[in-house]
Amino acid sequence: MSDLALEHLTKIYPGSETPAVEGVSLNVESGSLTALLGPSACGKSTILKMIAGLLTPTSGDIRFAGSSVLKQPPQSRDAVMVFQDHLLFPYLTVGENVGFGLKMRVQAKAKINRAVGEILELVQLSGLEQRKPSELSGGQQQRVALARALILRPRILLLDEPFSNLDESLRLEMQTLLKSLHAEMKTTMLFVTHDQEEAITLADKIALLLSGRLRQYDIPQNLYNHPKDREVAQFFGARNFISGRVEAGKFDCPLGQIVLPENAPADGRLLTIRPENIVIGSNASSDNSFPATIASKKFLGSQTRLELDATGQELTVLLSPNIAESLQAGTEIIIQLPRQSLWVLP
Amino acid sequence: MKTRFQGLSGLSWLSLALLISWLILPLIPLALWSVSRSWFFPDILPSSYSLRAWSYVFSTTSEVLPALGQTALIALGATCISVIIGVPAGRALGLYQFRGKAVIEILILAPMIVPGIAVALGLHVVFLKLGLAGSAIGVMIVHLIPTLPYMVLVMSGVFSNYNPAAEAQARSLGASPLQAFYYVTLPAILPGLMIGSLFTFLVSWSQYILTLLIGGGRVVTLPLLLFNFASAGRNDITGAISMIYILPGVLLLLVAARYLTGRNGNLEGMHRI
Repeated sequence: MSDLALEHLTKIYPGSETPAVEGVSLNVESGSLTALLGPSACGKSTILKMIAGLLTPTSGDIRFAGSSVLKQPPQSRDAVMVFQDHLLFPYLTVGENVGFGLKMRVQAKAKINRAVGEILELVQLSGLEQRKPSELSGGQQQRVALARALILRPRILLLDEPFSNLDESLRLEMQTLLKSLHAEMKTTMLFVTHDQEEAITLADKIALLLSGRLRQYDIPQNLYNHPKDREVAQFFGARNFISGRVEAGKFDCPLGQIVLPENAPADGRLLTIRPENIVIGSNASSDNSFPATIASKKFLGSQTRLELDATGQELTVLLSPNIAESLQAGTEIIIQLPRQSLWVLP
Repeated sequence: MKTRFQGLSGLSWLSLALLISWLILPLIPLALWSVSRSWFFPDILPSSYSLRAWSYVFSTTSEVLPALGQTALIALGATCISVIIGVPAGRALGLYQFRGKAVIEILILAPMIVPGIAVALGLHVVFLKLGLAGSAIGVMIVHLIPTLPYMVLVMSGVFSNYNPAAEAQARSLGASPLQAFYYVTLPAILPGLMIGSLFTFLVSWSQYILTLLIGGGRVVTLPLLLFNFASAGRNDITGAISMIYILPGVLLLLVAARYLTGRNGNLEGMHRI
């Protein structure tokens, strides 16, 4: 069942010519963890604020479980937002911060205190009720912010780059926590991130936004391996694009005839293969094998990048450094493009 | 206390001593005058003492107590109006960029640059037509000319350090606009609001020319009374009224000092939310 539906959602800020969000339609399934992924200023935070009711869309509709919420003010929408800066209220204690939403709903103090204790235990901050937010570490502050939203048991939890201000190890810790909270509470979660790694690790489904438009909405594997077009592919790090055309399950291009996987689109003008999927030094007689010359070699740490020239076609390969050790610029090699790693773009 | 003063250098001590003598010394003759019966040049101290000035001040025949009430009421009213106008105006100036912002800032500062008496002379005609001249309400409104710039400037400073996303967060957590203001905005701006209000109150409290012009002698406040007795040569009564007159200033500044120093944590918090 779809919990949250966006229909042709558009937002044009006053005084701006170009829409920040343009015609975005999206169905978020109940209990799913969905990522809104995109570079900065692609409109992803704007979408979140419209869902939370903090911004009014220029056109389009937002539905929770089928009914439009556009007329509801933020406080009566069953969606709670967690911001990038934890935005804890500095003059309230941790306990008061977490209980804030329940207090706004005028609940009994004893009931609030009990709920605060429970949720703090869930985010592993038991016993810190009396602290001030300024006495907590960055990770703890973000946990309090999460607890403050989760205590309301919202239908939808909206997270706006919740971990981007934390350092690497803390971010991984928080991602694990979020994943386990999601598993435990089964809240529908929609989170915004510019970090594709974070989106891929956390999300059940990713909605990729580029300049205000929804480009692809799919499971992470498909965005990675079966991108819809060149821009989506490039966003996920694809470097190799070979022009040509599809003919009877094969891709006809200057390199020769390349055998495609069965599920590849039947019409397309670009062949793509991820840099890490190209195989070096295989038997020249196997399928999709071509001679190439190494144009340059660059050590990148965990990987080594080779720029190849395959009969005029430039290709980029990423290899593990110990395999690349014996290869030098100028060497002639045989490369293989494994069939299952190929994909065709329009 | 000891540790607090140990850090003061010689220069700090000097400036502290100067500040105290500058504030306190002029008050000593006034206090002495208020309890003197006869004090003639070149005596250092009065030759005889009496409380007759004080008993006059508190008697029902003198205008002092009604004037005290009138002054307080006008200052409170001017402060309230300044808050109601100054908080939204300061928010707009502190948080947002918009066309004509520089012009508005200059216009707000204008009463501090243009002599108030010039404005008041022009306004007097308008107030006469509106029937506001000679009324406490009219005086209250004209006091806004010097008070409002203080309030707006203080509040725009407060709001330029304020993150309105905290309100959005509160709304998303279920607060109504009013609740968000009360629980989130107000605590954040309260120290600044207090300081601005204190200044506003004191500026209104000490108005003379504007009260005289617009009040037309019918609205009697303490400064007017003080001036009357001073020019009539009644130094004893002048001294007694002065003592009453400076009281709110001293009290309010003590409260303000508490806000400025004792609750530093709160002011710092303002930058963080």
